[in-house]
Amino acid sequence: MSKLSRLQSQATPWLLLLPAAVLLATFTHIPAVTTFINSFYTTPRGARPARFVGVEQYQSMLADPVFLAALKNNAIYALGTVPLAIGLSLLMAIIVNSSIRGRALLRMSFFLPTVLPMIAVANIWLFFYTPGYGLFDQILANFGFSSTNWLGSPNTALPSLMLLGIWKEAGFFMIFYLAALQQISPSLAEAAALEGASRWYYFRRIVFPLLMPTTLFVLVNALINSFRLIDHVIVMTRGGPDNASTLLLYYIYNTAFRFWDTAYASALTMVLLAALAAFSFIQFGILDRKVHYK
Amino acid sequence: MSGIEVADLCKRWGAVAAVDNVNFEVKPGTLTVLLGPSGCGKSTTLRLIAGLDSASAGAIRIGGRDVTHAPPAQRGISMVFQSYALFPHLTVEENIIFGLRVRRVSVDERNRRLKKASELLGLGALLQRKPSQLSGGQQQRVALGRAIVAEAPVCLMDEPLSNLDAQLRHDMRKEIRSIQQRLGMTMVYVTHDQIEAMSIADQVVLMRGGVVEQKAMPPELYSRPATTFAARFIGTPPMNLVALSNGTGGAVVRGTDGPPLIEGPGDGLLLGLRPEELRVGASGTLAAEILAVEYHGADSILECRVGDQTLMVRVDGVLRNQIGEKVWLSWADGAAHVFDEKSSRRVDHRPIALGARSEDNRVLHSVS
Repeated sequence: MSKLSRLQSQATPWLLLLPAAVLLATFTHIPAVTTFINSFYTTPRGARPARFVGVEQYQSMLADPVFLAALKNNAIYALGTVPLAIGLSLLMAIIVNSSIRGRALLRMSFFLPTVLPMIAVANIWLFFYTPGYGLFDQILANFGFSSTNWLGSPNTALPSLMLLGIWKEAGFFMIFYLAALQQISPSLAEAAALEGASRWYYFRRIVFPLLMPTTLFVLVNALINSFRLIDHVIVMTRGGPDNASTLLLYYIYNTAFRFWDTAYASALTMVLLAALAAFSFIQFGILDRKVHYK
Repeated sequence: MSGIEVADLCKRWGAVAAVDNVNFEVKPGTLTVLLGPSGCGKSTTLRLIAGLDSASAGAIRIGGRDVTHAPPAQRGISMVFQSYALFPHLTVEENIIFGLRVRRVSVDERNRRLKKASELLGLGALLQRKPSQLSGGQQQRVALGRAIVAEAPVCLMDEPLSNLDAQLRHDMRKEIRSIQQRLGMTMVYVTHDQIEAMSIADQVVLMRGGVVEQKAMPPELYSRPATTFAARFIGTPPMNLVALSNGTGGAVVRGTDGPPLIEGPGDGLLLGLRPEELRVGASGTLAAEILAVEYHGADSILECRVGDQTLMVRVDGVLRNQIGEKVWLSWADGAAHVFDEKSSRRVDHRPIALGARSEDNRVLHSVS
């Protein structure tokens, strides 16, 4: 009797955890482990089953020009968008945190890109970038520039995507900065002003350090987002021209679901995951010690 | 050393005047307390002196120089905030010397002032801690240290002790007063606590609704309150204000038939008597009935009815009188204050010599 009740009391928590555990395992843990295992095999095709090949998939990456192009593009994309998006979001947060007229309207318009569906946003920007009569060309025509095929030429395709990325991300990060700014007591600014600190000095020595936890959080998220980007690429450039705007996830998507080379896609995914994990560890490891948490 | 002059100072938010024509002067090296209930404009006045808000009208002079429109940093002031306003990510040391860094004071001078302030405040062991690792009292000291190292001639304090517990508040208030006197600072100190104000001030500026009710030295504020508000704000329990009415031979307490207490008519006048100056006895001036007794330890507060009014009386120790008992109240010559009911201002009066009465000793018998 007592044995049974003890068994019951031990089983109850596990039963309660079961639904969530099943969902997580089915859609997250098992696929992740399977992907890891698959990356050491060949892709099964028809009658030919998968065959263990060790790290061959990983080796072939090094000789894959498209992978290397995607890696380079993604690095450029990250380096270009992350600092700019963070800087812009901080600037916007400071603007909408000050007591200016039309503050609510500004907040809304800065945050709007985050609320809009990615595909819809990309389609709007597709129109902005249209050669000849798109928004950018119409504006630039006033200054005597000829029409540019923004998304169609290898030099401008990736920067065009980056611009959209910055616009989209900055509004989202602004919310975090805004929340953090509002946590800072206004009496700190007054105390600094009494001591004769300029606004820039106050920002540099007080506000910026106090925002560091937010900056770190935003930085990690921005970097992960930049490596997870795919919807804009699909709608606007499809990686082209000549892979000039191919990003890692888009390449993985193509490899897996258009070329059906699932084993190679698995290996690519593992590389992406490893890179993101490494970034996060480095960021938290190095910066965390310098960050003041309340 | 520099004094402060505040002349016709006004601060309006739209139609509301938070500070309305305030005038006072702080002599060099003295401590003035701005006292009043919350919302009386005392903090706003301090913020105007600091330059954190801009005045709608009037002038502020510090050390003879007009600083009404000067930015805070150029007024020669330091300030301690109610919330302390310590920078949470900086150590105690960095917090204290923050202003010196901003002003590019030399390292030697910085260290000298830091050493002096940390010795004065006993912060030596805490210099490398962050504010979050300090108790409320220690944080208060750091805020004080920051004000001290500025070596500004004027120090402003905005309810500096309101976040501390009672015992600490008592200790810190003595400490602030002694530092102010030792360093010869000119200090303006905002509080809503009358005991704090009375115990440390050279001058008290009592405010209500944005206007100055009375400015005086603490003893005068207590002994000669200028208005009924001043009379009731200072002292615990507050001064009794009883309505007078015309009687034969002078003004009598309304609802009684005598004796006359002051010369002339009594209608529209209030008689002010401090609970601690009233005595209860078997004989006296006013016949009263005890309504309630509240025991406080060192003393007790009696609630008595005289005529149609209620008075508080403070008596030492435990009172043996019973509720419902008839007693006599008396007070010393000069203990009574008279106010005009309409204007609430103090009016001069001539008291009638008070003879003790005891109405054929009926009361005495019932006590013993």
